[in-house]
Amino acid sequence: MEFDVLVDVRLRGGIADPAGATIERALPALGFDGVSGVSVGKTVRFTIAAVDVGEATTLAEDLCASFLTNPVIEDASVSVSPVGDHA
Amino acid sequence: MTTTVGVVVFPGTNCEMDAVFAVERMGGEGRLLWHADDDLGGVDAVIVPGGFAHGDYLRPGAIARFSSMMGAVAGFAADGGPVLGICNGFQVLTEAGLLPGALQKNSGLRFLCQPTVLRVETSESILTGRASMGAELSVPINHFEGNYTCDDETLARLRAEDRIVLRYVDNPNGSVDDIAGVCNEGRNVVGLMPHPERACDELLGSADGAVLIGSLLDAA
Repeated sequence: MEFDVLVDVRLRGGIADPAGATIERALPALGFDGVSGVSVGKTVRFTIAAVDVGEATTLAEDLCASFLTNPVIEDASVSVSPVGDHA
Repeated sequence: MTTTVGVVVFPGTNCEMDAVFAVERMGGEGRLLWHADDDLGGVDAVIVPGGFAHGDYLRPGAIARFSSMMGAVAGFAADGGPVLGICNGFQVLTEAGLLPGALQKNSGLRFLCQPTVLRVETSESILTGRASMGAELSVPINHFEGNYTCDDETLARLRAEDRIVLRYVDNPNGSVDDIAGVCNEGRNVVGLMPHPERACDELLGSADGAVLIGSLLDAA
């Protein structure tokens, strides 16, 4: 079977996030008050072949830990669904 | 016999000729090593130079570390061979697990291109054998992701094992404990964000990097 994988990569707490900080600083000037905690991460999407959702999740998590994220500075969450189910 | 230093070139590397120039200025011979090859060709030391290997896509160094040449470099390092990572090369070595920690974006949110003053914290490394402890060297930086970080346990180990090789006198980028360069346990792998290869001649504004590149040649 094929599964859609969506990996949401975020900077860990305390890691510099210049993009998030710059967006947050700009918001009041644009009339958006009361917005805080802006952070900018990245999303990686791909399709993976596996026998079931469990194997697909394991493969995706391995890929995430070994390549897609650097655990010193980043965290990630992985979501897996059969092809076509993602919005 | 002339000491030969291999300089690894990835797609997007842009400081390889600066490294070759500095090595040859100090009496060695520089030899370019293409990332997709896996033969070091008997070089005596390796420099992983600066630039934007593989466009810095995903993260600086994240893709470069899978190059076959990096497998050869890891083996060379494991056998005690001297390996120096400069700027993007430092990022590659941390991603490859040859050095601890990671380089995050500068705390000041800006790309930095300026001279910095570095303090030599140990003479016991392949980069600082010729340098005196406490010596201050003017060496330029040129980076956006040069803010060294690591967990508390790693930092405590680096301090206890005297593995912080260079510190910034006036920290420009937010690096933890003012760290500009570190070494591995064997002290034969060193990474630093500043560019000593761009400070090997007074015409370039400083010749203070010569003692560092000279040290690498001594260690080879």
